[in-house]
Amino acid sequence: MSRKKLSRREFVAATALSSAALITAPYVRGAYAAGKLSMGFWDHWVPGANSASTELVNEWAAKEKVEVQLDYITSQGNKNIVTIAAEAQAKSGHDIFQMPTWWPQSNAELLEPVNDIMEPLIKLNGEVNGTVKYLGQADGKWLGVPASVGSQIKGPCSRIDLMKKYANIDVQEMYPAGSPPKADNWTLDTFLKAAEACHKAGFPFGIGLGETSDSVDTAGAIFQSFGAQLVDAKGNLTVKTDAVRTALDYYKKLLAFLPPDVAAWDDASNNKWLVAGKGAMIMNPPSAWAVAKRDAPQVAEQCWTHGFPAGPKGRFAPYLPFFWSIWSFSKNKEAAKSLLSFLSQPASIEKMVVASGGYDLPAYEKLTTLKVWEEQGPPKGTLYHYPNPYKHQTLSIAASPAPPKVAQQIYFQATLTKMCLRYYQGESMEKTLAWAEGECEGFMRS
Amino acid sequence: MVDVAFQSSRTAAAQAGRRRVGLRNALRRKSMSAFLMTLPLILLIAILVIYPAIYSLHLATLNKAMTKFVGFGNFEFLFKRDTFWLVVKQSCIFAISAVIFKALIGFIVAHFVHNVPANKQRKWRGMLLVPWVIPPAMSTLAWLWLFDPSYSAFNYTLSFFGLGPIPWTGDAMWARFSVILVNVWYGAPFFMIMYLAALKSVPEQLYEAAAIDGANWWQRIWYVTLPMMRNIIAITTLFSLIVTFANFDIVRILTAGGPLDHTHIFATWAFRVGIEGSDIPLGASVSLFMVPILAIAAIFILRDITKRGNES
Repeated sequence: MSRKKLSRREFVAATALSSAALITAPYVRGAYAAGKLSMGFWDHWVPGANSASTELVNEWAAKEKVEVQLDYITSQGNKNIVTIAAEAQAKSGHDIFQMPTWWPQSNAELLEPVNDIMEPLIKLNGEVNGTVKYLGQADGKWLGVPASVGSQIKGPCSRIDLMKKYANIDVQEMYPAGSPPKADNWTLDTFLKAAEACHKAGFPFGIGLGETSDSVDTAGAIFQSFGAQLVDAKGNLTVKTDAVRTALDYYKKLLAFLPPDVAAWDDASNNKWLVAGKGAMIMNPPSAWAVAKRDAPQVAEQCWTHGFPAGPKGRFAPYLPFFWSIWSFSKNKEAAKSLLSFLSQPASIEKMVVASGGYDLPAYEKLTTLKVWEEQGPPKGTLYHYPNPYKHQTLSIAASPAPPKVAQQIYFQATLTKMCLRYYQGESMEKTLAWAEGECEGFMRS
Repeated sequence: MVDVAFQSSRTAAAQAGRRRVGLRNALRRKSMSAFLMTLPLILLIAILVIYPAIYSLHLATLNKAMTKFVGFGNFEFLFKRDTFWLVVKQSCIFAISAVIFKALIGFIVAHFVHNVPANKQRKWRGMLLVPWVIPPAMSTLAWLWLFDPSYSAFNYTLSFFGLGPIPWTGDAMWARFSVILVNVWYGAPFFMIMYLAALKSVPEQLYEAAAIDGANWWQRIWYVTLPMMRNIIAITTLFSLIVTFANFDIVRILTAGGPLDHTHIFATWAFRVGIEGSDIPLGASVSLFMVPILAIAAIFILRDITKRGNES
């Protein structure tokens, strides 16, 4: 067998020819011609809810010929916010990250503005609520697209039977399925009386006063109902005001009717309280009801999700939105925007909301009356008023309207619940206010 | 010419030969091969320990937005915060009391195990090490259920004796007690195993001599066991002090720093401020504050060990 030897000249010529052929070859559109895109989405705790997002992303990827990598990152142990911090430090990671509440603001300088997709989406889906604007916009720049996945209202979830029997309140009549609320008498005074009655009957309201989100959110809504702000929108300290004093006095009265261990409650405690049948009301999205449906059906069929009681300054409900944000270091921003636009189409949103069993809430006003909330049960219609379909309450977040970077500190240091607990445990009002003022001064550092 | 050419090639060959011999000699030298063998570990430590340490020092000198160098500005800010001093106080209470109890329990249990007949010791050692080998994040979850505010198994048991309910994680004093208890439960087996090893190395003749001199049980411990274990006790205490000061998982899972910040320690407060509050430079400063405290403890303990080493 003879082997022809390749001379040096022949090798150079062959290399040059191959290089020229590669450079001048026509561009062939392959399966992933539009590049790659990676996403870090929040890992939903409703079983099967992630599959709707995966299907939608794959549908879009097949159409746009983009290679996608989808990671679901849990919020258990704050893994999602640790990942956000790591990616922000490394300036590398996913192209799109699903950020909870405060994180678009705290990473504003590292996020791609998405005004070009938000404006058409608002035209299509309707206006977004004030809390979405407060958390999602900085200097007129949209920092992310509000994600329906994971967004929630933490309103009251009441036991129909216990509220009727002990507090003489028919929550179904007050918030009838399919029609507007008749809740003019549902005020903080009524709420306090109901709390006292249920406490006396041995079924106290399960409202936490710990340092985790559920406790802080309820305190935030009650403070706002009294017009109480620790720091105003301009960044001025407003701790030592009558509104804050009134809110603290109210909380002191309320605390006497809550379970004695609420200072140690975390975000699971109220769910357990409801599912175990120990209380007449908790403040939570329908996840507790969904667990009850599985583990304690006799409790679930007595649950009704409805609006917050109104205070002197209005009716406020805690609302916690998620955002899909694009990192400024993303290498495929156009594809990212195209995907976010696709995920925010009404049909996509409805698919995700249905997959979550009605847990997820779209931020857009035209999408608060989807069929899924009418149909969920038992009892049928239990979630009808969950998405605030008649806009009879203001959706807000604790510590707002303080500048978001200050409000985030007030929120995570649980300043509101700590104030209530200090005052309840016997500290004087002025001492509690002085402590809170000192804390807020510290939060203002830049 | 020929001679010169020959000479030069011979010189080059000799040099190459010398180089080969030099390399062989270098590799033959024990210190060189030891260095090469530890090089991967040194590189790993440089990447995973030294770089993050320097990076956190850098972070601690930046402002909140991480756009400006502020020198010691973050530390100056911290020194004016009441919560920071509360955290310093609690970290000291947590670490010192947990280490004392771990050492005490470890010492007592090590003596019990040491006195168990040799053929049964392995079983006891294995069982007593269980708390230490379970990942603390997992075992603390079990403790969390035992301390649960509404459904505590401890309170349920106490109720049969007409006692409780005790607010294990809802009251400042009890919450501190709970986090220290779990840390002691987790860490005592480490002390036990170290002390057991030290006890086994104490020559039996010393006890025999002490017995002949009429020493009682307490005197044997005080004059024989303790002096022979001093170095192990010091090293174990230092090591445990460092680990306990830097603890995160137990407090985070059990109380998350509450109630009213009364169980926060450096690591949990650094996480609250840095990650949850998005103030990474301040979080880095909080965690770095541990360094001088631990450095002082390390200097005193190690100096004591060196002094004893020189004396002996």
